[in-house]
Order: sequence, then structure tokens, then C-alpha cells
Amino acid sequence: MPTAPTVTGTIFSIMRFAVNDGPGIRTTVFLKGCPLDCWWCHNPESQAYGPELQIWPDRCIGCGACIKVCPQRSGVETNPVPHTSPPGCTVCGLCAAACPAKAREVIGWRAGVEDVMGEVARDTVFYDESGGGATFSGGEPLAQPELLLALLKACRARGIDTCVDTCGHAPRETLLETAAYTDLFLYDLKLMDPERHVHYTGASNRLVLDNLAALSAVHPGVTVRIPVIPGVNDADENIRGAGEFIAGLKGLRDVTLLPYHGTGAAKYARLGRPCRMEGLEPPPPARLEEIARLLEGYGLRVQIGG
Amino acid sequence: MMTERVKRLRQESLDAVPRVSTERAELLTAFWRSAPDAAAPVRRAMAFRFLLENKAIHIGPGELIVGERGPAPKATPTYPELCCHSLEDLDILNSRPKIPFAVSAEARELYREEVIPFWRGRSMRDMIFASMSEEWLAAYEAGIFTEFMEQRAPGHTVLGDKIYRQGFLDIRRDAETGLAALDFAADPDAGAKKAELEAMCIAAEAIIAYARRHAGKARELAAAETNPVRHSELAEIARVCERVPAHAPETFWEALQAYWFVHLGVITELNTWDSFNPGRLDQHLFPYYRQGLADGTLTPEKARELLQCFWIKFNNQPAPPKVGVTAAESGTYTDFANINTGGMRADGSDGVNEVTYLILDVIDAMRLLQPSSNIQVSKKNPDAFVKRACRIIRQGWGQPSVFNADEVVMELLRQGKALEDARCGGTSGCVETGAFGKESYILTGYLNLVKLLELALHDGVDPRTGRQLGPRTGDPAAWTSMDDVLRAFRGQLQHFIDVKIQGNGVIERLYAAHMPAPFLSLVIDDCVARGRDYNDGGARYDTSYIQGVGLGSLTDCLSGIRQHVFERRTLTLPELVEAMDADFANREPLRQTLLNHTPRYGNDDDAADALMVQAFRAFFEAVDGRPNTRGGTYRINMLPTTCHVYFGSVTGAMPDGRRAWQPLSEGISPVQGADRRGPTAVIRSAGKLDHVLTGGTLLNMKFTPQVLEGDRGIANLTHLIRAYFRLDGHHVQFNVVKAETLRAAQRDPEKHRDLIVRVAGYSDYFCDLSPALQDEIIARTEHAAL
Repeated sequence: MPTAPTVTGTIFSIMRFAVNDGPGIRTTVFLKGCPLDCWWCHNPESQAYGPELQIWPDRCIGCGACIKVCPQRSGVETNPVPHTSPPGCTVCGLCAAACPAKAREVIGWRAGVEDVMGEVARDTVFYDESGGGATFSGGEPLAQPELLLALLKACRARGIDTCVDTCGHAPRETLLETAAYTDLFLYDLKLMDPERHVHYTGASNRLVLDNLAALSAVHPGVTVRIPVIPGVNDADENIRGAGEFIAGLKGLRDVTLLPYHGTGAAKYARLGRPCRMEGLEPPPPARLEEIARLLEGYGLRVQIGG
Repeated sequence: MMTERVKRLRQESLDAVPRVSTERAELLTAFWRSAPDAAAPVRRAMAFRFLLENKAIHIGPGELIVGERGPAPKATPTYPELCCHSLEDLDILNSRPKIPFAVSAEARELYREEVIPFWRGRSMRDMIFASMSEEWLAAYEAGIFTEFMEQRAPGHTVLGDKIYRQGFLDIRRDAETGLAALDFAADPDAGAKKAELEAMCIAAEAIIAYARRHAGKARELAAAETNPVRHSELAEIARVCERVPAHAPETFWEALQAYWFVHLGVITELNTWDSFNPGRLDQHLFPYYRQGLADGTLTPEKARELLQCFWIKFNNQPAPPKVGVTAAESGTYTDFANINTGGMRADGSDGVNEVTYLILDVIDAMRLLQPSSNIQVSKKNPDAFVKRACRIIRQGWGQPSVFNADEVVMELLRQGKALEDARCGGTSGCVETGAFGKESYILTGYLNLVKLLELALHDGVDPRTGRQLGPRTGDPAAWTSMDDVLRAFRGQLQHFIDVKIQGNGVIERLYAAHMPAPFLSLVIDDCVARGRDYNDGGARYDTSYIQGVGLGSLTDCLSGIRQHVFERRTLTLPELVEAMDADFANREPLRQTLLNHTPRYGNDDDAADALMVQAFRAFFEAVDGRPNTRGGTYRINMLPTTCHVYFGSVTGAMPDGRRAWQPLSEGISPVQGADRRGPTAVIRSAGKLDHVLTGGTLLNMKFTPQVLEGDRGIANLTHLIRAYFRLDGHHVQFNVVKAETLRAAQRDPEKHRDLIVRVAGYSDYFCDLSPALQDEIIARTEHAAL
């Protein structure tokens, strides 16, 4: 285990005034890269481990500064200015630095513990006032265990409340190690059916379920979050399965339903990737209520919306 | 929760059309045509008495609190002794699309025949402009500063608890005691004091007689009233008006009515144009409330109805018609009476009581532009109080605004006020701090901070006119560092502060000589004890303010210069100035770079925020501590009303990427849309300013309604407020509205007539705002929940 200050990792966003990622007013640090590949992911820029180029065509003023500096385009005059990455783009970031309008942005940067903590500590007065703190999300924060652990320890040292938002698909030891420095886990549970889980997320749910069982046995602060994706996991059968499973684990009571929303669709376009959930409507409020009632039937405490 | 009576009175108030009433102008002109020869204060007191003896008495059907400034609700008097409107002014008032006042043919005729011939050349406005230096006039016309007293009198003050302790018979007795004690042999000012104290006695008698005219009118109406309920109400009105304000009030009803007569007296004597209000209304009323409940003469429901009737009286009084630059800097019907609740008591203990919550209920139910309302939040106040207010704020119409009572006390203490006076102080107008009942705190004019940098970048020349306005502070081509930029900026700043303060000195003397306010002097300590007029240094504390506008814009301009000229060195200062002068024509990439690749204020960026602090300190150091002519001191505050739009309209493109003639940032808020890191970053940036050095700062924040949904939303808002106040922030106010709602209102104003938004220190009907101001509010960053 390297000493904390030398640890670095890839971050893609630090959002302040996060009020849906745990108690109080929080700062959410997004670690880049995820072992799953969920169809409905609303943060597609979080999935790959390395930096990516994001393009905002509506901001482009057509000045061509991006073309002039691009090593892949070797200064060749292109008109109109393309709203895509060039073939062979290495995400060197020169175009993003040159773009006056910030129509091009590199998503993801290497950051050390002190860089991140410098940002996180800025809102201490708000954490103190509201009972908030720092939330580590992703991507999958457990996919960068050294950085995550170092950040959690740094928060502890500064008395900042910590929350980890995870998909649970991570080595058991890693998860349990972070548990010692985490005040609250927000633990995603997507699909109970193993095959459908593989289909929609790219991986089996075995590890996710076993990890949840192991974590809840040793950690008192775990809230299960179920993204409600119409047509994917909102059928009674899946909900009942989830309810049964959660209720069967001692110490687990809190469930949050996160209704699907389409705000991620535009991000796919900006990354030049297809959105597999194009056009999917959010679940109707009445259905969310039904799902909540179903889960409450298992003795769970259910909240709709983060 | 409103009774049928209140619903009807409220609707009548909303439906009443603001119109010019010539009653006051006509009476005043008649008085002055044959005014007896006497000292200025005495003549002014006699004029005041003449007005109150002769103006029409209005008691509307169902009213419980009585008295109007004009002959009827929203019939708004004019003050030709201050500003004599021309026929052209009247035509503009009658026809302008925003903030119009109906002017009848008879009114116009009266002005043509009587008012204008008498007052032209004699009004304060005429005298002021005739007395100002060339330099002052040039700066004023260029939009470097504005002048509050050019068509309104100095009046910024708030009532303390005096009128609840003393009736005007008592106050008059104090003045008589002062007269008897005058020592003409030993006191060289005894003659002046005699005139002032005699004037005060006349004014005290005048207000008592005016109240009793209402008593008479109520008895007259009662005699003809067939409804027994209304009959007994009219009888009670008559009893109340007979007793107060001659005597100190003894009941809740009397307390409200006593205040209202004082309010009418103050705003009839002069157009004090903003802020006069009862101050800590909850604390003043609480003893009456508790007594009334105890002896069975009052119920919470009756108290609520009386308060609601009181609220409607404020809404019936639009700010008297403004023209010219004053209309541009303060384009609103609002008269800025801003009622305080909460805070602390004189002994420093928690000031929240049952009446506080009752008043919050009234604010919630009434949803009126006037009076404006605010909560004074002390660390000692319970969260329940803040949360109750947040539930009103969440509805999105901008009231109440939120102040840091503990920080306000620190401001007042820094200015040298006694601890108890500081604790009994609060805020008024938009965000202005004052010691209630004991301080004259006059706003003298807004200062265009951004224009000063524009002048510095042009060696003192105003690029809009090509005129050399300021001192030659050097050719920017020769500058090699930010120190050079700031030195030139300070040079312009110092020069124009000097010009402004010299002009203020002349204006202060003109008001002291020509416009004594003996009635206002009766209620503000220590005017009676000193035998000195409010407008001549009679108040215990006497402060003159200059209000800085555009701090966020100025900061971003400085940051743009530092980043691109001196750090990245991607262009020279002359190149930047050339691009500005061309309004960035063919330089859109440069403009975008300035907008997007510059550290900007409002993002908790320490580099940008440090420039904000430097700019703020430069302004503070240029003004704070300088003497005024009333024995008081100059201070600064940071509020714009609507002046950021006017100042923007005279300021060319600047290094923050702002295009020419567009609005500046308002208050201490970031440039519209520049703050991109959420509300906590804005609060942290604003918290780096040392608010205690000011007499008020104004921070606007805009949220989407969804952020504040549910108990969680209320908790979040409460925590943001409390955190800002832990950083010693002075004030924050909120708009809770979606930009799309505002755009819809622009497209279809008829359907959105009732849409109220927060502007800058006050709320206003969105559709009454100028299109530029509407756009400015839409452009403010909208904070959403993540």
C-alpha cells in the first residue's frame, strides 16, 4: 500500500452542492471508470478509465482554433469546423485548451489526494452546518481503490463525513477495507435475474449480491439504491426479488428508488456514442409509488428520488 | 388566510391605478405664495401644518387602519419644492410603458398655470444643478455616479421604539423644555435651536390635529352607518385616532395606527423616497399583543387582520413619480419600506416572538410588493423561524429577504455606535444598515466602478463621448503589471470620489438651509434634545453612503487583463482596448476567451476573488471615514437597485467579455452566468469580502423551484443561509423561478401580470421591469440540484 500523498487517480468531476448523494450538503467526487456497462448509464463520460473528449456543438463559434492545433488534422483547413474527434484522436487536449468557447472539453484528469481534498475542504462550512460531507461516486469509485482509500482516510483526518456510491462490483477485500472509513454506502442494486444483469450491465450480479450481504453484515450504514428503468427492472418480479433479498439481510432497511431520467442522452451525443436507451420515458410517478409499496411490504423504508 | 374585508381591500389596492395627485402641489403652492416671514424650519413646519389641515381625509369602506398620503389609494402626491415636473415630464409619466402615472388634463393644466410658474427655478433640483461644478455635471452626465437628492430629499432612516413610549404631546413637551432651557448668552446656536424647536412644536401639533381630523371623519361616517358592526368599528377608529399619536399607544390597534400616522407625516413632509418603516415591528408590537390576549381585548385572528390592513396601507403608496436618471437608477413603484422581523433584542437575546410568526403569516398571505419584508437572522434565533421564512421564499416572489443580524451589529459597532443602539438597528431600503430611530443614513448616489476602469484604460477619456473626463492616469501601452492597472484605477476612483463628495457637501448644505424636516426630527433621536434638524446633523449618528455598483464585473475585467495580458501574454493591453472599443467586432474568439478562459468571481476561485477583495478595498479606502458636512462620516455599501442596467447602458465593452451597453453585475453577485460552480461556490466567493466594512451588501441567488422542494429543500436553503452568515455575509435574497417561466412572461405579459421577482433589494412585477432588466434577471445563473 503506497502512502497516501503519492496516490493519484483519474477524476472527471467534482460537484459541489450535491444534495441527493447522502445527507446534508455534500461535494461529490466522481472517479472515472466503471467495470459495468449499464445501458441506462446517465454518466456515460464516467465509464471509460481514461480521459475522453466531449464536444458541445451549440457552443462552437466556428473559429477553427481546434483544427489549427490538432496533431491528427495537421492544420488542414476544414470547413465547416467538425464537431467530432479526428480519427486516431489521442485525447491530447490541445483542441480543448485552444477552444475559446469551451465547445471542446477533456473529461477526466489525473488528480492526487491533496488536489481533491483542496476542493472538498472548501465547503466544510456547509458540511458543518448541514451534516453533509464528501461523497465518492463514479464511474465506480472502488475501481480506483488506492485513491478512494486515501481520500476516505484524508476525509476522516479532517472530520469530513464520507459516503461511497458504488455498484458493488468490486473485490470483497477492497469493499470491506473502505468500509472502515466510510460513514454511509449508497449501494446500487439493479437486477435480480443474473442473465438479464449480464445483458444490461455486461457482468453477472453474483459479486454485487454477495458483496452486499458481506458489507451489510459488518457496516451499519448502507442504503440500497434501485434505479427504476422502465422495461428493464421495473416489473413486479424483479422488485419482489430485490425486496426479498434486501429484507433477508440483517441491518438493511433503507431503499431509495432512482427513477430513470433522460438527461444523459445529450451526453452520449457529445461523446459521439450511441445511446441505447434513446427515447425511453421516465417511469410514471404512480408506478414508482406502486414499487415503493411493494418494497415496503418487505418491511423496508423506501424513499423515491435521491 | 384573509378575511373577506382584507381580500376586498387588498384587491382594491392591487386594482388601483397609480396616478398623479396635484392636491399637495396645489396646497403647498398656495401656502408659499403667502407664507409668513419666519425662519426656514418654522416656515416648513407651517407648510406641513397647512398640508395636514387641508388635505382630504380618506377612510375607505371597511378600513380599520386609516389615512392616505394622497386623497385616495395610489393617488400619489408630487413635491414641487424638491422636483418640479415639467409638462414634458408629466406627459412622459402619463405615457411611458413602464411605471406610468396617470396625469389628468386638469392636473396638467394646474401644473401649467400654478405649479410650474411658481416653482421653476426654486425647486431643490433646480438649485442643485445650478450649484454643481462643471466636473460634477460632466461626471453625472457620463454616468459615473448618480445623485439621490436631485429629486428626492434625504430621508433614509427607520423608526425605533420612541413612538410607543411617547405620544406627540410628550415629544412636544420635550421640545418646549428644550426651548425653555436655551441659553442665548452662552450658546451661539441658541437662535437656530429656537427656530428648530418651535418648528418641531408646530409639527407635533399638526400631526395630532391631522389624526383628529380622521377621528372626526370616522364619527361622521359612523353617524350615517346603518350596519351595527361597521358602526362600532368606525367608533373604534374615532377613539383610536383621538388618542394616537397624541398619546403613546396602549393597544395593538393603536400601535399600528400611531405608526401609520407617523409614516404619513414623514412622507408628506418631504419625499424621503425610501426606507422609512417601523423597523422591528414584531418587537414593537409584542407587548401590545400579549397584553391584548391577556385582557381579552385581542385575538390572534384580530391581530392578523389588523396587520393585514396595515400591510395594504403600504401598498397604497407608490413611490412618487421619478424622472430622468433617478427613474433609470430606481425604476419601480416600490417605496422601499422594508419591515424587519427577528434578530435580537436590546439586551442581545433572541428577538423572535409570537408576533414574528404572525407577521410571516401576513407576508405569506398578502403577497404584496409593499411593504417589503426581511428576516434578521441571528445565531440565537431558532431554525424554525428561518424555515418558516424559507417556506415563503420558496414560493418564488422574492420576499422576505434574509439578513445576518449578528454581522449587522458588527458593522454598526465598527462605525462607532453604542452596543445597545447597534442591537436595536437593522436593515432598510434594499440592504442598508442603520441604527433604528437614531441615525440618518443617507444614500448619496451610485458609483459606476466599471466605468472608472474604462476611464483608466483610456487615460481618463470617456470612449463613449471622446471627452477627457478624469485625470490622465497614464497610457496603458506603458503598463507592465497589474499594479499599474490598479494604480490608474485608484487614480480615477479617488478623483471622482472627491468630485462626488464635494458635490454632496454643497447639496447637504442646501438641504440644511432650505429643507428642514421638523416632523421627521421629532421621531429621530437626538434631534429634539439637540434642537437640531434631521437634515442638519440632528440625528445621533449621521452617515453618508456611496454605493458601489458592478463589483463582479470589475473583478472579471481585472482578472481578464491579468490572465491574458500579463500572465499568458496572448495579447497586449492596447490590443485589448482596441477590441473593446470596437465592441469585439470580428474578435468573437477573443471575447469568448475572456468569458471562458478567465478565472471569474463567484466560483470560489482564490485568484479571482483576491482581485475582488483588492477592488473592494480600493473603493472602501477611497470613501470610508471621510467627513460629511453634518458632523457625520462617509461609508460604503454595495447595492444597485436598477442602476446596474443604467450604468451598463453608458459603459462600453470591457475585458470581462461583456458587450457594450449591456447591464453590469448587480450588488456583490457574480456577473450573470459567470458563476458555474454552484451556490456554495458563490457564497464562498462572496464571503471573502469583508462585509463588516460596509453598511450593506446585496447578494442575489436564483434557484430552480425543484431545488427547494420538500422538507429537504427547506433544510438546504436554511443551511446555505446559515453557512453564508457564518462567513459574515450581510444579506442574501432569492429568486425561485425557471428561466422558461420568465421567457414565457416576456412573450405573453398579460398572462403573467402577477409574476413577482426579486430585482435587487426589492421585489417587483416582472412585467413592470424594463426589457433590459428582464433579460438581466433571466441571464442570472440558475442553480439546480444535482
